[in-house]
Amino acid sequence: MLSNKDKIFTNLYGEESFELKMAYVRGDWDNTKALMQKGSSWIIDEIKNSQLRGRGGAGFPTGLKWSFMPKDSEKSNYLVVNADESEPGTCKDRDMIRNDPHKLIEGCLLASFAMGAHKCYIYIRGEYFNESVVLEKAVAEAYAAGLIGKNACESGWDLDIYIHRGAGAYICGEETALLESLEGKKGQPRLKPPFPANKGLYGSPTTVNNVETIAVVPTILRRGANWFSSFGREKNTGTKVFCISGHVNNPCNVEEEMSIPLKELIDKHAGGVIGGWDNLKAIIPGGSSVPMIPKSVCDDVLMDFDSLVAAKSGLGTAAVIVMDQSTDLVKAIARIARFYKHESCGQCTPCREGTGWMWRILEKIAIGNSSSAEIDKLLDVTKQIEGHTICALGDAAAWPIQGLFRHFRDEIEENLKKGNYVA
Amino acid sequence: MSSIQNDNFSFDEKSQGLAKIALAKYPNDRKQSAVMPFLDIAQRQNGGWLSQPSIEYVAEQLEMPFIKVWEVVTFYTMYNTKPVGKNFVQVCTTTPCWLRGSENIVKACKEIISENQCDVAHNNLFSWMEVECLGACVNAPMIQINDDFYEDLDYESTKNILQSLIDNKPLKIGSQIGRLGSRGANNAQ
Repeated sequence: MLSNKDKIFTNLYGEESFELKMAYVRGDWDNTKALMQKGSSWIIDEIKNSQLRGRGGAGFPTGLKWSFMPKDSEKSNYLVVNADESEPGTCKDRDMIRNDPHKLIEGCLLASFAMGAHKCYIYIRGEYFNESVVLEKAVAEAYAAGLIGKNACESGWDLDIYIHRGAGAYICGEETALLESLEGKKGQPRLKPPFPANKGLYGSPTTVNNVETIAVVPTILRRGANWFSSFGREKNTGTKVFCISGHVNNPCNVEEEMSIPLKELIDKHAGGVIGGWDNLKAIIPGGSSVPMIPKSVCDDVLMDFDSLVAAKSGLGTAAVIVMDQSTDLVKAIARIARFYKHESCGQCTPCREGTGWMWRILEKIAIGNSSSAEIDKLLDVTKQIEGHTICALGDAAAWPIQGLFRHFRDEIEENLKKGNYVA
Repeated sequence: MSSIQNDNFSFDEKSQGLAKIALAKYPNDRKQSAVMPFLDIAQRQNGGWLSQPSIEYVAEQLEMPFIKVWEVVTFYTMYNTKPVGKNFVQVCTTTPCWLRGSENIVKACKEIISENQCDVAHNNLFSWMEVECLGACVNAPMIQINDDFYEDLDYESTKNILQSLIDNKPLKIGSQIGRLGSRGANNAQ
């Protein structure tokens, strides 16, 4: 279990004020200038050595991503922070913003400096209105204290931070859709290449990082890459905030060591599965986009990127959605399918048409009005969508359905035959 | 677009101040970036929804064709193109909330507000609708009323909240079972 002294987010629950005077007490903004004086290459190397992987879902190595930013671009570079937290099951960035915003703001300065950016936008989902108010206050405090703005922290570096509120669109969590949205358009993902590091916001080099990715940067630089990488396993390092929802006794967010066994995570922090571990049916371990895993896999799987990929799922946003034996799994996945139907941006035909089609078939299965042949056809359609769209929303809509039938097809077909599903 | 429309629209003094702050966030030659904040400001001034004149006004201010602004309005779910109640109740029913009983929250809304979603009921006091994940999943089930989240709900506490609005009684924002943020109940982390 991660000891308190090794937690990065010491105010995750908001026991203390978010304000600057308390942030100082928590160790934020402690001689930030000295970190910057070590130079941008040192910062990027340190992040590379920490093996930090992006916390927004895809898990791309952060230091490597930063190194893609051109050093001598004629246009201004941008850092864009993705606070459009919308993956069902996920509510970690919200806590960092409302209770520990100065970790994020200091991270913005260090990351912007490392990547040669003088402007940073934080794109926060529109529904997090109160959180955006806190963030605006914290940014204003940082300006007033000379921590950001002209000659930030007396480092000689200028940085402006702006907050942009979204207006309700899951797809804007996709980095290029987010950039489109920031430019005042519909949030429809861009074709890549060009990648944002070459042509991002307003055509300028841009890096988009998740809130948690940026907010852990100051602590990594202060305590060292080796400290961070001492947690978890090789290439799956660090501490991580997990969101545990669904059928557990005490749903919560908690910061733990990466690679913690899933069972230990739930038993220690969420009060266990309702009715005990044996009452567990399946878990979606990384937000609605990743395939579910049955209890037999949950028994000993580790919560990190590579372990969950090996189990044919994914760490995603580390949003653990627990489903006990009482759950109608077809209904649970049909509801997720409805979510993707609602959130498809409509740009690519396989996703626009396919998400609605998959949802309707799942609703038919849920009321017992289906057949083995139709399940085959449904799985075939998931394959037609997967990999055939501009962005990963198509994959995200297909995978939960594939996961359901990978592990529970026999049970679902048995129920169809017995007429156990009743309209 | 709603058949109910107001005649004309322009930013009042408060909105003009907010619009100026919003516009300053973006490069001078990228005014279009301010379309989302402008629509939000317009919607707040207009009682929670965007009438055609208000959208036209935003288009004019940002020198954008109406259709470009309309595309944005219809793409994002938070822009309402029809009137909503003074208390706009959004019920999350996505899987994490569903697993914790969001069907009972919908039931409470149907009983107290109106059988159908989006009906403006109780003399303009309320309207409700089902929405997708609002991002408070470890405090499920939850609803959003205007800008505020109400969390850790059940059928009874939801009815109490809605009744308090009818009775004009003060509400407690956040967890309705008294826990701090996302910390586990009776949990010493």
